[in-house]
Amino acid sequence: MSGQVSRAEERAKRSEGPSASPLRRRRLLQAWAPYLFLLPFMVVFLVFLVLPLAYALGISVFETRLVGGNVFVGLDNYARAFGDASFWEGVRRMVVFGIFQVPIMLGLALVFALVLDSGTVWLRNLFRLGFYLPYAVPSVVAALIWGYLYGPSFGPFTQLAELLNFPAPKFLSSGWMLASIANILTWEFTGYNMIIMYAALQSLPAELDDAAAVDGAKGWQIALYIKVPMISSAIFLTVIFSIIGTLQLFNEPKIMYALAPQVIGNDYTPNLYAYTLAFTNQEYNYSAAISFLLGAVVVVASYVFMLVTNRGELRGR
Amino acid sequence: MRREFTRRDFLRMSGAGLAGASLLGSTACGGSTGGGPVELTFWSWVPDIINEVKMFEEAHPDIKIKYVNAGQGTPQYTKLRTALKAGSGAPDVVQIEFQYIPTFQQIDALADISQHGASEVENDFVDWTWGQVSEGSAVYAIPQDSGPMGLLYRKDIFDEYGLKVPETWEEFAQEASKLHEANPDLYLTDFPPNDGGWFTALLWQAGSRPFEGSGTELTININDAAAKKVAEYWQELLDAGTVDTAPSFNNEWYSALDRGKYAVWISAAWGPVFLSGVAKQSKGKWRAATVPQWNAGEQVSANWGGSTSAVTTQSKYPEEATEFAIWLNHNSKSAKMLANKSFLFPTLESLLNSSEFRNQTDPFYGGQEVNSVFVESAKQVKPGFQFSPFQDYVYTQMIEQLGQATSGEISMTEGLDNLQNQVVKYAKSQGFKVRE
Repeated sequence: MSGQVSRAEERAKRSEGPSASPLRRRRLLQAWAPYLFLLPFMVVFLVFLVLPLAYALGISVFETRLVGGNVFVGLDNYARAFGDASFWEGVRRMVVFGIFQVPIMLGLALVFALVLDSGTVWLRNLFRLGFYLPYAVPSVVAALIWGYLYGPSFGPFTQLAELLNFPAPKFLSSGWMLASIANILTWEFTGYNMIIMYAALQSLPAELDDAAAVDGAKGWQIALYIKVPMISSAIFLTVIFSIIGTLQLFNEPKIMYALAPQVIGNDYTPNLYAYTLAFTNQEYNYSAAISFLLGAVVVVASYVFMLVTNRGELRGR
Repeated sequence: MRREFTRRDFLRMSGAGLAGASLLGSTACGGSTGGGPVELTFWSWVPDIINEVKMFEEAHPDIKIKYVNAGQGTPQYTKLRTALKAGSGAPDVVQIEFQYIPTFQQIDALADISQHGASEVENDFVDWTWGQVSEGSAVYAIPQDSGPMGLLYRKDIFDEYGLKVPETWEEFAQEASKLHEANPDLYLTDFPPNDGGWFTALLWQAGSRPFEGSGTELTININDAAAKKVAEYWQELLDAGTVDTAPSFNNEWYSALDRGKYAVWISAAWGPVFLSGVAKQSKGKWRAATVPQWNAGEQVSANWGGSTSAVTTQSKYPEEATEFAIWLNHNSKSAKMLANKSFLFPTLESLLNSSEFRNQTDPFYGGQEVNSVFVESAKQVKPGFQFSPFQDYVYTQMIEQLGQATSGEISMTEGLDNLQNQVVKYAKSQGFKVRE
């Protein structure tokens, strides 16, 4: 055995003669090529993500006062953030919000994706585009549109209700606000999630359908027992995106704030709170600490979800 | 010579071996290339102000102005703060609202321009506007436009329900209940919970003095007797349900004014033109009147809104920048154009008192000489009101408290007390020596 190895080494040594040099250079180039292609991304990643994060981390351990200037305060800002009821109330609100809104939105997206994929729908491309279209509307514009529709005295729903002598729906009241925002988000992002699931469904081999049909499976059984489990990784992805998106909710409550300041405080969502701290209270340092804490909450929430789903899969086996 | 002395210029010049000339500062750099026109950057969101800028350039061939609309209010302030923090990129001349002068003064953003000719024009401006931009002998901006308060009311609704234009707040409350009883769908006015500037003007008129002092020492009395008087007054109207509490400055609210849900908008001198743009259907039905008084027979007004032109401490040409800021708002032709074309309510005495300005009529107000109502108000503005050096924070917290008060969670007076406590706490945490 050792003899074989040494012979192989000898062969290798021999091939490293002067004539083999261009080959080695090419190999070297091949090894480096992927990094060369990744370089533009890495530069942008460093400059626009890693550096700002490092900067934010840096300012989060200082405190800038209007009188007295910049003081190093260590982890004081984080300690304050940990005990900040405004922040945790916002997190709690978003968790409650997510528990209801995410399943509804993803459930709808899955149903739409399965129906479109089943091949029994006429004008499939038109429907696909139609479902997706709200996602193409910038979320600020979407919130403005819905804000108008929700209007308590002159919005169309109110006018319709008055016409029919029904009590006008109070979309912007404190009891309804979360549901109203959930509706906007569902309208916006169902199509987006549907496209991800639909793309995954399209990549499934058609033979599976045929085989299941031959075995006597009905359409809904094929969907539920064959297709859904096979695109579970795509669904998993949409859930993670949704968890992150929910905890970072900002545009919609920011717009709704102008319409219902009594209901939506400046700390309605953690992100809105961080924004207020930085840009109206001028507490950049504390805002940076809050942002990092929010980032940690997002990581924990995503991790918990992964843990829960993994355990489910294990038990299934 | 271009104004911006960028890092690249610096490197190129040092690379070229200009070792003889000092590379620090713009004087040396101007000296090495010979004197061309000075270029100033000017930020403002006043529509069409580029016309006045061009007029200035024609009259001053040695000064070029780079005009930038950096957003209205908060977005511009955010950019300005960023530039100030970064140490470069701030404009030479910038539009700042009266209410934010102390806020930017606190972070040393505004240059004292009293030595560059600003003090000489003091007497040409309305007294209290000068009071808002100066402190002792120091001058931090040139007043541009103002917003003395006044009522805009629907004559058609007043006639239909036999209402009287209220001269005191007491009468105002009586008319409010009269109208709401006669027609529960209508309100005499709206008490918006989302407008700190508006509520502050009400406090100002009542004689409240929430902030006094400067530098590192601050006296905070947000819940003083005058403020409590305002709070208790509106509490009664809120309890009676005779005023609405819808947030202002959104489409719902504009519709409410347009369709006659509200008979009065407690407004300011810039309100008439603004209203005619957002409530077009109600043209001809509106009239203007002076703001109600706390004591019958008095003539006390307050200011809501209005802007100034300030020179930043980053400017390398404070003298030229001051010249521009003064000319823009002091030159009779420029000031007149701002008043007539951009509809800014003047701060210049001569313009306010000109019959040409006072006697302008507007069909939106049934041909009434609306300006003359607000010119009177401008003369009655109570001087001596001071804003805080962290006005954004005060407004945010004020809106929070007004929101809770209008939704009935707390009383207006409790709201004022909470506000006082929060602002005192904040001021202390920011390093101020606070007296209550």
